[in-house]
Amino acid sequence: MIKVEHLTKHYGHVKAVDDISFHVRDGEILGFLGPHGAGKSTTLRIMTSYLTPTSGNIYINDLNVLDDSLDIRKIIGYLPENNPLYPEMNVYDFLKFSAAARKIEGKAFENRLKEVSEMCGLHGVIHKQISELSKGYKQRTGLAQAIFHDPEILILDEPTTGLDPNQIVEIRNLIKQLGKEKTVVISSHILQEIQATADRMVIINKGKIAANGTIDELMSSFKGFTRLHLEIEGVMNARDLTDIHEKIKLADSQTLNGMTKVVIEYPNTLDLRKDVFQYAVKKGWTLLEMNRHRISLEDMFRILTVEEGGKA
Amino acid sequence: MNTIRLIYRKEMSTYFNSAVAYITLIIFLLINGWFFTSSFFLVGQSDLRILFNSVPLVFIFFIPAITMGSLARENHAGTMEFLTTLPVDDYQIVLGKFFSAVALIGVGLLFTLPHFITLLFVGTSPDIGAILCGYLGLLLVGAMYASIGIFGSAVSNNQITSFLLSFIVIFALYLFDKILIFVPPFLSGILQFLSTDYHFSNISRGVIDSRNIIYFLSVIFFFLTLSVRVLEIRKWR
Repeated sequence: MIKVEHLTKHYGHVKAVDDISFHVRDGEILGFLGPHGAGKSTTLRIMTSYLTPTSGNIYINDLNVLDDSLDIRKIIGYLPENNPLYPEMNVYDFLKFSAAARKIEGKAFENRLKEVSEMCGLHGVIHKQISELSKGYKQRTGLAQAIFHDPEILILDEPTTGLDPNQIVEIRNLIKQLGKEKTVVISSHILQEIQATADRMVIINKGKIAANGTIDELMSSFKGFTRLHLEIEGVMNARDLTDIHEKIKLADSQTLNGMTKVVIEYPNTLDLRKDVFQYAVKKGWTLLEMNRHRISLEDMFRILTVEEGGKA
Repeated sequence: MNTIRLIYRKEMSTYFNSAVAYITLIIFLLINGWFFTSSFFLVGQSDLRILFNSVPLVFIFFIPAITMGSLARENHAGTMEFLTTLPVDDYQIVLGKFFSAVALIGVGLLFTLPHFITLLFVGTSPDIGAILCGYLGLLLVGAMYASIGIFGSAVSNNQITSFLLSFIVIFALYLFDKILIFVPPFLSGILQFLSTDYHFSNISRGVIDSRNIIYFLSVIFFFLTLSVRVLEIRKWR
């Protein structure tokens, strides 16, 4: 269990993180989402003891980052932003070095190396120099370093930045697989990234938490609109549909080849599909198609993280 | 202690896997060799005073060149974040890097042994004790310069800046007892005590005085502590 409590970090006069609190439960994948400069990396750097908070604290199990920095670093695996590696080392030496810093040596190292290179798909590059690797393999090397000591907690700062789509899918699958037995915190500025991997997400903007919950919770708490696309046989007056409920707005209607296509909008708090169907039956319409579109999470993310005043 | 050795070994393999170690060592040996051979047979004395005069001078360039990358490169590449989020203390990083620089300096000194062997062949009853003291003194001077170089490397993420900064500090310390006649008398005692050459010349004459040893050790301690403090700046609240 990771508890972030009233965490604040100033860089000079700039408040990078401003009094944020949230929890990460054991065994869950938490997505940490926000635009560039929102304070994601700063929070993760405090979590991993690279930085110290200006005020507030982070508790991990019964340890905290102010008093037990060294013990916390032992149970955390960390992939920093931009994945810094030593270009002049080869993958084997790099993993050997980071494992030795965590007291995994000799036979234990060789055994674990086999497991980890299997998991991260490092076969064939173990003895290559890091500077010669492709970006995808570099990322796998960084990930291998982070999971080598089988940490309880895995912290990944923008793990898929700069990868091509196939590599992104591979890394995502790997993260999901690791998330089955570990607590994972993954940050990104891309919503799909978090949607694809995380159980729950914390959205952060300008150093403050903008939203916190599962994707479904966030959707339902968000006061957006549902768009209902209807296709009805015959020509009819679409205006009639607004009689069903006072909140219904007619967004679009057109008649084509003896069919009427209608789009209506109503708040997300309502579900009027049943009413629409029954209304159509009452009127004797033949309903050929009914399709619900909720305002996408993407739109919501944009709305939550735009500047105050409503303009992006 | 094991962690310090680990950082030390990583650093040594970085030195010898890149051209840095070889190029600097070759230049170091060429310059010292030239100084030595061009006057050794003319002076006609059975000691290594020529070597002991030239090495501290060459060290002023050689050591900042060795140490300029040690922390600056980690700062620049972002690997400092990787290194400091391992279960490793900041002082272990600094000490590991310091010892590796001292080891490389030791290798450089080892390669000057042919001069010593030459002396054994052609000299008449050289004072071996004094020569061993001289080598000890060179190692102390080297270690002291290395601690300054590590500090210069800690404060920047640019290797050139690191080189220049450590060069200036080292050169100033070297110069202090050469400019004594230009400074007011009340300052000259302090400057002389701060100067490297003053302490080294005692040792290289074969006189081991605890005051000289304490000077070198305390300067080393001072700059290494300062370097650790610089690494901790990121943790300022």
